[in-house]
Amino acid sequence: MDYIYLAIALPLLGVLVNGFFGRRMPRKAVGTIASLAILGSFVVSLVAFLNYIALEGGAHTVMLLPWLSLPPLEISYGFLVDGLSLVMALTVSLVSFLIHVYSMGYMADDDGYPRYFTYLNLFVAMMLTLVLADNLVLMFVGWEGVGLCSYLLIGFWYKKAAPPAAGIKAFIVNRIGDFAFLIGIFLIFWLYGTFNFTELRQSVETVAFAGHFPLTLIALFLFGGAIGKSAQFPLYVWLPDAMEGPTPVSALIHAATMVTAGVYMVSRMSFLYSMTEVAMLVVACVGAFTAIFAGSIALVQNDIKRVLAYSTVSQLGYMFLAAGVGAYWIAIFHLFTHAFFKALLFLASGSVIHGMRGEMDMRKMGGLAKYMPHTYWHFLIGAMSISGIPLLAGFFSKDQILFAAFTTRPDIWPNAGMVLWIVGVVTALFTAFYMFRQIYLVFLTKPRFDEAEIHPHEAPSSMVTPNWILAIGSVLAGYIGLPALFAGIIHMPNAFQPFVSGALAGGAHVAEAAHGAQELFKEVLTTSISVVVALLGLGLAFYLYQVRYGVTEKLKRAFAAPYRVLLNKYYVDEFYDSTFVQPGRVLCEQLSRVVDLGIIDGVVNAIAFVVGAVGQVLRPIQTGFIRNYAWYMGAGAILLVILLWLGLGAK
Amino acid sequence: MEPIVVYSLVLSAVLFTMGMLAVLVRRNPIIMFMGIELMLNAANLAFIAFSRHLDKLDGQVIALIFMAVAAAEVAIGLAIIVSIYRYRRDVDVDAVNSLRG
Repeated sequence: MDYIYLAIALPLLGVLVNGFFGRRMPRKAVGTIASLAILGSFVVSLVAFLNYIALEGGAHTVMLLPWLSLPPLEISYGFLVDGLSLVMALTVSLVSFLIHVYSMGYMADDDGYPRYFTYLNLFVAMMLTLVLADNLVLMFVGWEGVGLCSYLLIGFWYKKAAPPAAGIKAFIVNRIGDFAFLIGIFLIFWLYGTFNFTELRQSVETVAFAGHFPLTLIALFLFGGAIGKSAQFPLYVWLPDAMEGPTPVSALIHAATMVTAGVYMVSRMSFLYSMTEVAMLVVACVGAFTAIFAGSIALVQNDIKRVLAYSTVSQLGYMFLAAGVGAYWIAIFHLFTHAFFKALLFLASGSVIHGMRGEMDMRKMGGLAKYMPHTYWHFLIGAMSISGIPLLAGFFSKDQILFAAFTTRPDIWPNAGMVLWIVGVVTALFTAFYMFRQIYLVFLTKPRFDEAEIHPHEAPSSMVTPNWILAIGSVLAGYIGLPALFAGIIHMPNAFQPFVSGALAGGAHVAEAAHGAQELFKEVLTTSISVVVALLGLGLAFYLYQVRYGVTEKLKRAFAAPYRVLLNKYYVDEFYDSTFVQPGRVLCEQLSRVVDLGIIDGVVNAIAFVVGAVGQVLRPIQTGFIRNYAWYMGAGAILLVILLWLGLGAK
Repeated sequence: MEPIVVYSLVLSAVLFTMGMLAVLVRRNPIIMFMGIELMLNAANLAFIAFSRHLDKLDGQVIALIFMAVAAAEVAIGLAIIVSIYRYRRDVDVDAVNSLRG
């Protein structure tokens, strides 16, 4: 499909139309144009996908235009069409389309309606640039573009105080990661002289370096970018704050698509990561640590969106865990299923906030199931899927991550797999607990708001319909990439893995299709443990919030210290504030005082002073009397004549 | 050097000196002005004399241009003097120093 660039061009067209004429058009038209543009992207991606299947593994590059040609530097607007980029393009455009439709209902009364859809379309264009780019520089364009849109949309309600601050925080924290990413890109060019993924892969796989140190360095720098964009420890702090943006934005950018860019990038560069075990282990450990760290924070948060935000951070950790143990296709698979259920959860929480007139504190909710039955089902399906309740999408993808971790045996730390697996299982327990805690607090316990004053209502159909589609995805998305165990039982082969694997590295660490009896036994074992853990989390939430409702208050008092640490998110924000932000502020104040006011202003003022002083000295010459000037002139003329005469005489 | 050229140059020098003295010693701006005109025309005379001496037309052309310039200068100069007079009711150049630095 040589017209793949249309997938990017259509949203850009939407940006132009809505950006320039949006304010003069009726609202319906603005939303419809934006949604249709994204639908167009989806159709283009779908046609490309069908062509790709028909051609049987025809990964190819579509050259649009040369961009920079300064030999040996060659950068072009080229798009790489292969299994990996197609999966991403399809996921992004489909989820984006549904969220656009949802937004038409959610944002219906907002003043910034055209602005909102302009940003949203720009975001989709940039995200598709990111996933379809065939070289690192074009990918970086998309990478920064989605960062910009994220900033604009977090600070969308710019008249309030918190959103712009959160937007700036997101931008600055991402900048740290992007700096590392850029260094990685430069190192790649320095070593290999190309940015093109296909050429790079050939070079990396054929040209051997003495020792893998440069490769490890590159991989770690690139991963630094992924840490920033995909909100991993220690740069995850911007993502929970990003919840200040409109909820559909949280669903689209800060859950389903943009934050997965890091996972995509690591998978795209998997040929490089696979060469360096150290970097892989770092990726896996950072992922696993982030998963359990964010998961534990989510246990006690009270803001409906913050729980989901930390849950997103935690799930992204799972994806990096999978990538780090070499199971790239499972990372992408989890990304794919996660896009459905996390978008669904966010949109359902948006419906709750919408119905509760802006209330986000779960302590002031409860019993909403009878007011908004559709939303309750959406949330329940999403929660079951993410918690790993069997036979839903999240179960299959998460289970395979845990299995991949369980079976991995890195040479430098043979027991790493077991540790990672334990961390993953504990995180799964956390996940199930905080999701069902949320279900009970929001939908099932007794109402804790004034029912006479607030009348929660079901969302309009433009918001409910997309959610049902996402809910279907959350249930069924897992069935295209079944684990070997289940694939054998229901005779449905894993279609996902062969489809994306062409673009990924061999994945030497994970046992491939050859599942012996022992492997199958291990898989049964890990799967059973995952199921037990998920049900345990569910049961714990049921016990604490249903059977013995109110017992949590006592628990809070009994475990006051750990509770406070978790509630305050391990004081990481405070730590960053006192370690980086405040010293940075002091440093800047000093710099402004010493360098700006002292040196720069000092030099300028000194020059002005010298000029003024010379003027003072010369001032008396200008008396204002014309006769004096005539004397000066006369004397000057005579002097000139004398000088000339002397000069001539000397000759 | 032809005698006429010598005479002309001597006359030019005498006229120039007279003009310069008028500018330097008199307080009446009109007289000073006349002195300036005298200096200008003395210079013109020198130009023409040299033009003849060198047998080139350039000197005469410059003299003609100077006449035009002098006419314009007189117009502006007199206008300034009139303005000063209207403003101060007095045209003594030694009393006017409002452009002092």
